Amino acid sequence: MIDATHYVALSLILFCLGLVGVMMRRNFITVLMSLELMFNAVNLNLIAFSFRLSDLAGQVLAIFVITVAAAEAAIGLGLIIALVRLKDTVALDEADVMRG
Amino acid sequence: MDFLIANFAEILFYCLAFLTVASAIGVVAFKSPVHAALSLLFCFVMVAALFLLRHAELLAAVQVLVYGGGIMVLFLFVIMLVNVKDLKLEQVFLSGIAPLAVIGGVLLGVLIAFGLVFGVLASGHGDGTALRSVDGDEIGNTEAIGAVLYTKYLVPFEVVSVVLLVAMIAAIVFGRRSAGLEGAGGGGGKTS
Repeated sequence: MIDATHYVALSLILFCLGLVGVMMRRNFITVLMSLELMFNAVNLNLIAFSFRLSDLAGQVLAIFVITVAAAEAAIGLGLIIALVRLKDTVALDEADVMRG
Repeated sequence: MDFLIANFAEILFYCLAFLTVASAIGVVAFKSPVHAALSLLFCFVMVAALFLLRHAELLAAVQVLVYGGGIMVLFLFVIMLVNVKDLKLEQVFLSGIAPLAVIGGVLLGVLIAFGLVFGVLASGHGDGTALRSVDGDEIGNTEAIGAVLYTKYLVPFEVVSVVLLVAMIAAIVFGRRSAGLEGAGGGGGKTS
């Protein structure tokens, strides 16, 4: 029987992979993709517990999370465009204009 | 064969979970952003299938439409806009942070797992009928979500629309050519 624990484990692996990607990758575009992975892990959890607790609130919250993820992707990709205009690169450690 | 039929849901879950994790590793590990993007698209579709297994039919459709259709196209557009020579970095990972990142990820994961598992061990197992019922009538997942979303969660729904508007304006401002950012980098900035 597949229950919420399986989904928690899977979403945990996804979230940690996303976190490691966000912290380690040098390419801004891939960092944003890893961020989307983390959003997906959260959504998996919400859906699993929505089923387990027989409550639709989890699914509604997942819809909100998807909306915010779309907004975040739009802003992040706008930032990438601005960074490429400014620095001609997508490497995060070269975006050091504000470093003291 | 009997084993296969009796344990169909479990086998399906494990196959989908394996493919999800494999494509997620691909997202983090692929050097080329295009490969990572395609891996991410595969991951989104697998997660949508996992949503289906948990009786979240509307969410599965939204996942494919918004993530697979919208966000992925956005990513590929940006990859297309950026010069190819800028896109592929020789050094894939940031220097010096790797062990910290792995330790932090694992610690956070263990923390979340303990919290969530202990939080729900007490409750029973759901069957999904409540997820497609409105006032006791079993009609469908989409109708049920709509009934809840436009009544109980109407205010958050409106707030989220404002968030989308703000994001749209911000993306336009960032993407504008005369944003006053050019040349402000103190050398290395492109003057166009």
